[in-house]
Formats: sequence, structure tokens, C-alpha cells
Amino acid sequence: MANPSQIKMSRALQRRENIAGYMFLLPSLIFFISFVVIPMIICILLSLTDANMHDSGLFGNFIGLANFVALWKDVKFLEALKNTFVIVVVSVPTVCAFSLWVASAIYKLKGPVLSAFRCIFYLPVVTGSVAVTVVWSWMYHQYYGIFNFVLGEKGLGLINGRINWLGDPKLALWCIILILFTTSVGQPIVLYVSALGNVDTTLIEAAQVDGATDMQVFWKVKWAQMMPTTLYILVITTINSFQCFALIQLLTKGGAGTNTVMYNIYWTAFKLTEQAGHFGYANAMGVVLAIFIGILSAIQFKLAKEK
Amino acid sequence: MKIQSGRSRAYRIASIIILIILAFLFTFPLYWIVTGAFKTSVEVNSPKPVWWPSQWVSDNFKALMDERSAPLWELAVPFSNWFTPDGRLRYWSVGPEAPAAFRWLVNAVFMSVAAMILTCLTAAMAGYALAKKRFNGRFILFALIVCAMALPKQVILIPLLKEMSGLKLYGSLWAVIFPTVGWPFGVFLMKQFSESIPGEILEATRIDGASELKTFSTVVMPMIKPGIGALAIFTFINCWNDYFMQLVMLDSNSVYTIPLGIATLQSETSTDMGLLMAGAALASIPIIIVFLIFQKYFTQGITMGAVKG
Repeated sequence: MANPSQIKMSRALQRRENIAGYMFLLPSLIFFISFVVIPMIICILLSLTDANMHDSGLFGNFIGLANFVALWKDVKFLEALKNTFVIVVVSVPTVCAFSLWVASAIYKLKGPVLSAFRCIFYLPVVTGSVAVTVVWSWMYHQYYGIFNFVLGEKGLGLINGRINWLGDPKLALWCIILILFTTSVGQPIVLYVSALGNVDTTLIEAAQVDGATDMQVFWKVKWAQMMPTTLYILVITTINSFQCFALIQLLTKGGAGTNTVMYNIYWTAFKLTEQAGHFGYANAMGVVLAIFIGILSAIQFKLAKEK
Repeated sequence: MKIQSGRSRAYRIASIIILIILAFLFTFPLYWIVTGAFKTSVEVNSPKPVWWPSQWVSDNFKALMDERSAPLWELAVPFSNWFTPDGRLRYWSVGPEAPAAFRWLVNAVFMSVAAMILTCLTAAMAGYALAKKRFNGRFILFALIVCAMALPKQVILIPLLKEMSGLKLYGSLWAVIFPTVGWPFGVFLMKQFSESIPGEILEATRIDGASELKTFSTVVMPMIKPGIGALAIFTFINCWNDYFMQLVMLDSNSVYTIPLGIATLQSETSTDMGLLMAGAALASIPIIIVFLIFQKYFTQGITMGAVKG
């Protein structure tokens, strides 16, 4: 039974909720729209133009998809794309596996010990990419670095002479991946520790009563329950690995076979002097990168759902 | 209740040993920064590593302080460069000349604290509205926020740079602060925390005749305090360490932050490792202290962000 006064009331209420809701959202929306949404739109628009740093206007000339066509013939970009994929393919599974192992080894420890371990693995994240990079560049140093000493004749004797870690195209990318690894495992470990702590204990006990081994309990019960966490970790680690920039900018400047898409964008936009900052072209790379991240995240979601 | 087999006991011991070794390896870079900062230049440049400084000297910090100088502070009239003929900012007050490293530290603290306060305020309000207000269009808005979170932030940096120079904010700390505040992770996190506020309490305050703002400040705020704590520390650390954004937006000695300043020193004087370690210590120790004090909140924030993520 529609009561006219009731409908009117609920409409008034709805209007009140609308006004209140948007008033609370307003400050946040101003920042979100001005500094996230609008740049995203500009990013897509710029990728269709030949804009550069010295244009007086915002956009250059509209050139359609020419930037994207040029990208597929750009050897430097393709190499950067390949390196980026190597980083993602190597670091995402290792970070996930490592943090899962560490988390399952520490989550039953007593409070203070547990938080000490958690802090230690989180330290490289907090230290900040610049400080981390500076100290690793010293550790990798050809003459004064400890890697060459510890692995060299006076140490473990595994290598001969002094290796130029960051200058050798065969090694440099792996050196970067190692640093990236140490700065990536902190957050996954925190997440896994809390996920393992939240696993339904009645299910574990039921499985144990049924005679399941530790391994079976782990994979059949705990792993299944932690799937959402794993998915989240996969996505954030993928995004982080794609964005690996500071390490490369500070350590190799994209040399020695370590150019990545993110660094290539920066280089094209700000350092490519002959074209005086090719913003349109750099933005096209950004769009390609965003598309790849979107596809990978979607695949990960789908795989996780099927399991 | 359960008999520990010998094999699983051995596994436990082995895993503890491996964990301790890993813990050493993970703390080593920090140890190397701190000891390196206090070593003499002979020990820093020795091909045989000096594991523990034979004498602790402050030469590296002195060198860092003498490196270059800048005014300790410059309080600008906001947007004054819109109205001056030469397009430069007008200052209310300019501090005494000081070592640039101090200025970088001041800048980094100001930048991170400003971003933190603005983010917490705006995100707390927005998160509460998204979780508890039944306004039209909230689902679309929330979907937009989640999509924006999944996109790489760095991709929008070039358009952001264009926008900032259009707003004449390029080269000021606000060019780093505003995009940090706009990043929707905070809203998402606060929405997760606000979901747990019982609707009956809000209903009761409404019936008592409290205004929306009063409800928010006296009822909602105290209940989402842990969330705000988590978001505050999270924003502070992220803003401090967001090197790419600082690199793109900040362009001169007097607006550099400590991480960016050290990075500049590295590209200019990459040979003086002692100096760089002193700088790295200055850039990382404050943030590590902040992290250790608030780490409880931090852990909570990371976990809450992942729930239903």
C-alpha cells in the first residue's frame, strides 16, 4: 500500500542523505578529481598527440594512434618491456613464496619475537628507496664493495677478480631484482602473518582428527582460506614490480641492459634532449603499461577465482 | 596432544636458524649505512671491508653540512606567484642560512605531515560517507575509487606535471602533497574501518537531534581512531619515500626533500661513500623511528586495506 506521505518522507530523507553524503565527500573528491581523475584523462588524450615539454599549450597536434604504432617499432621500448616482464615474472612468484614461507615460520612465535621479525623484514621498505639504493650501490661497488670481497679470493673464493656488478649486462638486471626483492617482501609477510592467524582453527582440528598430515593441512585448509590474501599480494607485488624506477634511475640510469618501461617513460619525457621531452610519446608508454597491469590483474583474479 | 616427530622438530630448528640468518641479511644494509656514516674516509674506501669502525668520527656529517646551504625556511604567501609580474613567490618570512641538509629535512617533515593531516581529514569524512550514507551514486563512485587504486600512480605523473605548472604549483612542495592527498587508498581504508560502526548508534544520535557534523566529530571519529592512526603513519611513510614524485615535481635546492637531496648528491659526487652514508642515515633514521613507534597501527592498517581488497 503506497502511502503518499511516506513516499514524500522517504524522498526528503533521500535528499538529506544525498546532501550529507556529498558534503562529507566533497573535500576528498576535490583532490581525487583534480589530481587523479583529470590527469588520467589527460594521460590518455596526450598519448594521441605529439605534445612535448616546450609546447606553450597543453596539447600538441592530434596524431591518432601514431605513437602506439611507433612504440612497436621502438627497439629501446621493446627491450624495456622485455626487462620489465623479466622483473615481474621473476620477482612476483619469489616474493610470494618467500613471504609465505617466512610468515608460516614466524606466525606462531610469541608476540614480541613475532613483531621483531615482522619489523626486520619491513625495514628495507621503511628505509626508503633512496637510502637503500645508496647503500647497495656501495655494496655492489667494484673496488670498495663488500660483495666482491665476501665472494672473492679473500672471502669465500667463489669468484675471481673484481666483478663490475652493475655494469655487466648479464648481471645488472639480477642485481636490481635482488634489491627489489628485499624491499618487496615486507608487506606480504605482514599480510600472510595476519591471514594465517585468522584461519579457522576448527577446520584445522577437524582435518587433523581425520588424520591429515601437516602438509595436507597447510595446502588443503590454510592455503585455500588465504586465497584472497594471496590474490591481493599478487596484485600489489605485480604493480610494485612494474613500477620499479628509483633503483634503476639511481643505480644504472637504464644502462647495462636494465632499462624498464617506467624508466623509459621518465627518460623519454625529461631526458631525451633531441626531442626536448616527448610527452605524448611517453604518455603512450604509460597507457601501454597501464593496460598490461590491468590485463595481468584480471588474469590473476580469474585464476584465483577458479581455484 | 600431538607427538612431534623427529623430522618436524629438525625442520623447526632449521627454519629458525635460516630465519635468524635472513634477519641479519635484512638488517645489514641499515647497519652498513649507520656504521658507514661514522667511518673515516680511509676505512670507507678500504677494499677490505671494515666491519666495525675503529673510531667513530663525524667528518662525514660535517662534509654533508658544508656541502651547500639554503635558507632554513621560506614561508610563502600561497598562490602569490599568480599575481607577481615575474611569476615568483612572495615570502612572508625567510629563515637564516643553514646547511641545505637541514632544509631538506625540514621540507620532508613539512611535506609528509601536511599530506598526512590533509589525507586523514578528507579520507575519514569520505570513508564514513561511503560506508554509512545511502546517497545516490555511491556504488559508481566506489567502483571508480577501486579502479583508480589498481592503476600505477607513476603513469599519471607527466599529465600531473603539466597540470601543476598550469596551476603554478610546479617546484613547490604542494605539487607533491596534493596528489598524495588525492590518492584514493586512504578513502578505501577508512571505508573499511567505518563499516564496523553500528548503525543503531548513528540512528540514536540522529534521533537526539545532533547535526551531521556533530555526529561525525563526537561519535564517528572516536570509533575510527585506530583507522586514522593507521592511515596517518601509512601516508607519512609513503609520502616521505615517494621518490619519483619528488624527483619530477621539485626542482631546486630550497624545495628538495632529504631523500631527493641525497639522490642528487649521489649523482653529483658518487665517489664519496662516507658522505652518502651520512645522508642516507639522515634520510632513513627519522622515518624508521616514526615507524617503530607506530608500528602497531601500521600493521593494522596494512591488514585492513587487504580485507575484501
